[in-house]
Amino acid sequence: MTSAAASTAASTAAATPAPSPTARPPALLSVGDLHVSYGAITALRGVSLSVGQGEIVALIGANGAGKTSTLRAVSGMLSPKQGSITLDGKPIAGRKSHELVPLGMAHAPEGRGIFLNLSVDENLTLGAYLRSDHEGIEADRENGFTLFPRLRERRQQRAGTLSGGEQQMLAVARALMSRPRLLLLDEPSLGLAPQVIETIFKILRAVNQTGVSILLVEQNAHLALGVAHHAYVLETGQIVMEGTGKDLLATDEIRRAYLGE
Amino acid sequence: MSDLLQHVLNGLAAGTIYALVALGYTMVYGVLKLINFAHGDVMMVGVYVGYASAKQMGRDTSSSFLGVTLVFLLSMAMCAALGFLIERFAYRPLRDKPKLTALITAIGMSFFLSYSFQLEASLGGLTVLPGAAPRAFPDVITSQVWLIIGDVVVSNKQVISVVVALALMGGLQFLVFRTRFGMAMRAVSFDHRTAGLMGIPVDRVIALTFMLGSALAAGAGILYAIKDTLVQPLMGVTVGLKAFVAAVIGGIGHVPGAVVGSLCLGLVEEFVVGYGGSTWRDAVAFGFLIAVLLFRPEGIFGRVTAEKV
Repeated sequence: MTSAAASTAASTAAATPAPSPTARPPALLSVGDLHVSYGAITALRGVSLSVGQGEIVALIGANGAGKTSTLRAVSGMLSPKQGSITLDGKPIAGRKSHELVPLGMAHAPEGRGIFLNLSVDENLTLGAYLRSDHEGIEADRENGFTLFPRLRERRQQRAGTLSGGEQQMLAVARALMSRPRLLLLDEPSLGLAPQVIETIFKILRAVNQTGVSILLVEQNAHLALGVAHHAYVLETGQIVMEGTGKDLLATDEIRRAYLGE
Repeated sequence: MSDLLQHVLNGLAAGTIYALVALGYTMVYGVLKLINFAHGDVMMVGVYVGYASAKQMGRDTSSSFLGVTLVFLLSMAMCAALGFLIERFAYRPLRDKPKLTALITAIGMSFFLSYSFQLEASLGGLTVLPGAAPRAFPDVITSQVWLIIGDVVVSNKQVISVVVALALMGGLQFLVFRTRFGMAMRAVSFDHRTAGLMGIPVDRVIALTFMLGSALAAGAGILYAIKDTLVQPLMGVTVGLKAFVAAVIGGIGHVPGAVVGSLCLGLVEEFVVGYGGSTWRDAVAFGFLIAVLLFRPEGIFGRVTAEKV
């Protein structure tokens, strides 16, 4: 990340060196010609993108552009009409969510998907539903509490009593409980106060540095492009532009359309 | 005074049986947001399975402890299988369709079961469908008076039915709140799609919930039939409807609520029969439902949930 990008992005931008645009790491996730529709309504018309090993990739675009649909198709929440999705070269299109978790996929969905009827602890336990290594699970729970100390204070509380920011923290901590290799995040900044956003993005960076690849969907283009190694712009179901976060931040069209400059 | 005690006792005994059926309604509603109107009819099928297996064993075997246990287990296992099939072939294909579609299918399934059992059919000497004529359930447990306190009489059937019902409910409570599967069930009940993202096999959890609810209904059906009732193909409709009312009174989707609602309903009915007139029984039962819903539309324990954005 260059200093120019860092100063435009929120102060969350620290020192992750972005790979040069020509040399992206080998793909962990790759999506090709993805079509998704809800009944008669077409949401995606031929989306292709990839997430390299260890990358943070941002998918930005306006409301209704198809960002959430892309994530849902990738994590098996809906099955695509057409197109390929591969994880580590293995085809996964059309497979159900619960089959993808053991392959290393974790998805903190739109609206956070917290089980409001369960306690914070139970939510975290569910994040590790498929694991049976008791000690490893407890270690990861501790780790989550270290990342987000406020969750430790509220571990016995019903998740429904948490604030929006705390719920978002829980969503991230819970997603990490499955020890994912690919983390899908849907609008983690939505509706949160700037400091909370800052905390969460700082942690996302740290998580990424432990080797977890991240596909981040955001309406807040500033924020997303600030952290992303690579980014795609989605418009009415199609990718219209891609590049490094830094490059896109410097593009006039992006500045006009998404940064309000 | 002793009158009152006797009625309380009878009411609670009847209530525990309703509770077992109500739990099935409430569990299925919990995971699918579907009122499974065929649930009472699954119970009826369970009673017939119990009837047939007791007849097959003969009077001596079926009235031994082992025999009775076997009658229960067979009937519960068959109903679990039936519940599985109903979910798999009638409800699952409609899961993503509007809720009303599944609801109407449930009503259809209820009619299908209760009316096909009014046909008579046999296959190689084995009765497959029993026909409409009411039959008396085999006397697998002979009535005995176990305890008399003053004028209050406690029969063995009441004790057995309360003990069996409590054991089944205790088991369910443990399963739902203390096990991994129970946590998965509660997660599915809150949100299918997110539950899938945790790695929970949602279809399997739903199928198991149906099987569990159906097995409890079979247990309840046999307790009900042993008590005093004739077995006939439409018996599931009334009992099912009452248990549904009990589940709604308690707050549909709430496990302890179903039990409390059922006990209330059992008591109310017993008091009406004991002090008013038995012709008013059903009217008062449904009147009670209306009264509760007027003041607490979500039921006694039901929660109005609001989501934070």
